[in-house]
Amino acid sequence: MPVLRWIRRNLIVIAGLLTLAYMILPNVVVMVFSFNKPNGRFNYAWQRFSLDAWKDPCGVADMCGSLSLSLQIAVWATVGATVLGTMISFALVRYRFRARGAINSLIFLPMAMPEVVMAASLLTLFLNMGAQLGFWTILIAHIMFCLSFVVTAVKARVMSMDPRLEEAARDLYAGPVQTFLRVTLPIAAPGIAAGALLAFALSFDDFIITNFNAGSTVTFPMFVWGSAQRGTPVQINVIGTAMFIIAVMVVVVGQLIANRRKNSAR
Amino acid sequence: MTITEEAPPVPVAEPEIRRPSTRKRLVPYWLLLPGILWLLVFFALPLVYQASTSVQTGSLEKGFEVTWHFQTYWDALTDYYPQFIRSLLYAGTATLLCLLLGYPLAYLIAFKAGRWRNVVLVLVIAPFFTSFLIRTLAWKTILADGGAVVDVLNTLHVLDVTSWLGWTESNRVLATPMAVVCGLTYNFLPFMILPLYTSLERIDGRLHEAAGDLYATPATTFRKVTFPLSMPGVVSGTLLTFIPASGDYVNAELLGSTDTKMVGSVIQTQFLRVLDYPTAAALSFILMAVVLIMVTVYIRRSGTEDLV
Repeated sequence: MPVLRWIRRNLIVIAGLLTLAYMILPNVVVMVFSFNKPNGRFNYAWQRFSLDAWKDPCGVADMCGSLSLSLQIAVWATVGATVLGTMISFALVRYRFRARGAINSLIFLPMAMPEVVMAASLLTLFLNMGAQLGFWTILIAHIMFCLSFVVTAVKARVMSMDPRLEEAARDLYAGPVQTFLRVTLPIAAPGIAAGALLAFALSFDDFIITNFNAGSTVTFPMFVWGSAQRGTPVQINVIGTAMFIIAVMVVVVGQLIANRRKNSAR
Repeated sequence: MTITEEAPPVPVAEPEIRRPSTRKRLVPYWLLLPGILWLLVFFALPLVYQASTSVQTGSLEKGFEVTWHFQTYWDALTDYYPQFIRSLLYAGTATLLCLLLGYPLAYLIAFKAGRWRNVVLVLVIAPFFTSFLIRTLAWKTILADGGAVVDVLNTLHVLDVTSWLGWTESNRVLATPMAVVCGLTYNFLPFMILPLYTSLERIDGRLHEAAGDLYATPATTFRKVTFPLSMPGVVSGTLLTFIPASGDYVNAELLGSTDTKMVGSVIQTQFLRVLDYPTAAALSFILMAVVLIMVTVYIRRSGTEDLV
């Protein structure tokens, strides 16, 4: 049977594409159901096509407020974690110092711990300090768990950098600040960008740690969580679809810019 | 370029190698200070507070006091061991499924995709950017009673088998263990695929040719060459999947029922609703200990300690 032989020869490709379909399917469902007009409060079953939600994306009380809050937190958490994480990465790769092992484990441990453990223990600290739960406690928590991921991303890049480039800059009479800004930073930039992107995605999408440390503040993931109990507005799917399209566009544009740079460098 | 702390043994003999000035020697510490302080105060210190909370007794009205009441741990374990076992079981199954599903895709991207490689990579990462809660809710639609998926599984009598095994209930997938494991697998697949892809991509394609030249069948090549070389990816992928999955309660709450509650749910309820802080702290400590022990043993046994 030629069909069977073809299947056997391409087994890995078929299995891989099936996995890809499994990963994409929910996004397709989210997209399709953003055009739904559900009968009840829940948007789980298809009724009929409608553009209502797309015409009025902020028509649900509090949703767009929570979205903008999530964006603000994600931006500040990204800035904080990227700056602190980049500093740590440079120290780890470029210098020798005491307690290196302990510092490495301190950075690794947050990634090796279930989120709920960090969430619960951080809440214990805030309760003991009598801290007011809200924007600031969420931001503190997000910087904390994004930090390790930024360090991992930036460290990989800094490690592969050729230190002779900086020595060459110094030989050409560039000062330490100039060397850092004109040579070191541009070379490390892809790693820093990757770390920042990761931090943004992690912070924006975080639910468990936020849910513990938010008090009565509601971020976008918390809004979605609450709506799963109260009733899911179609607008959630609109936001989800828009996010998906924007993200894909950002990645594609980034790829194009990277490709053009590579070509012009040749 | 590294700046060493040790002064050369006889500084006078080699005048051009000078001990770096104090200011320079302090540079790494200044670079480390803010970030490490952040982790110490908001990651390490909370764990200490939690350890202390777990041995306190009292009530919300009268306040809690440290009484070294270790009984809490025992009570927590005897009350909630089903949720613990369930968490580890679901997370383990999901990790295994992620490996089985993710490996072919990672292999496809690394060796077979050709000029489509970046497109497929984007498709793997893109779902990340839609809130995972929205995507998890989409599974409610996909697995809905009487939906296409359930119908097909029913016609193929798959549900009869899974119901007999206790994974599903008759004619239902939603609100069963299978739905929860399916959601966990879905949510953590990218965490498996990306490290797998990274380690597969590093493999020199000529090794495959060499194996073929030495009369290895494709299966033998995979077993003796490709898979062993991808081990670092397998190890970090399984860790990145298992650790978050074991503490997750989103999938269990959204796709499961009260019979599929995982330990994360219990911790959340105890902490935020029941306000029984000592029990919640004890549970979370046990979870942490179990996961850390399993991770350590796993890393030791797989022999990739340089991973960290």
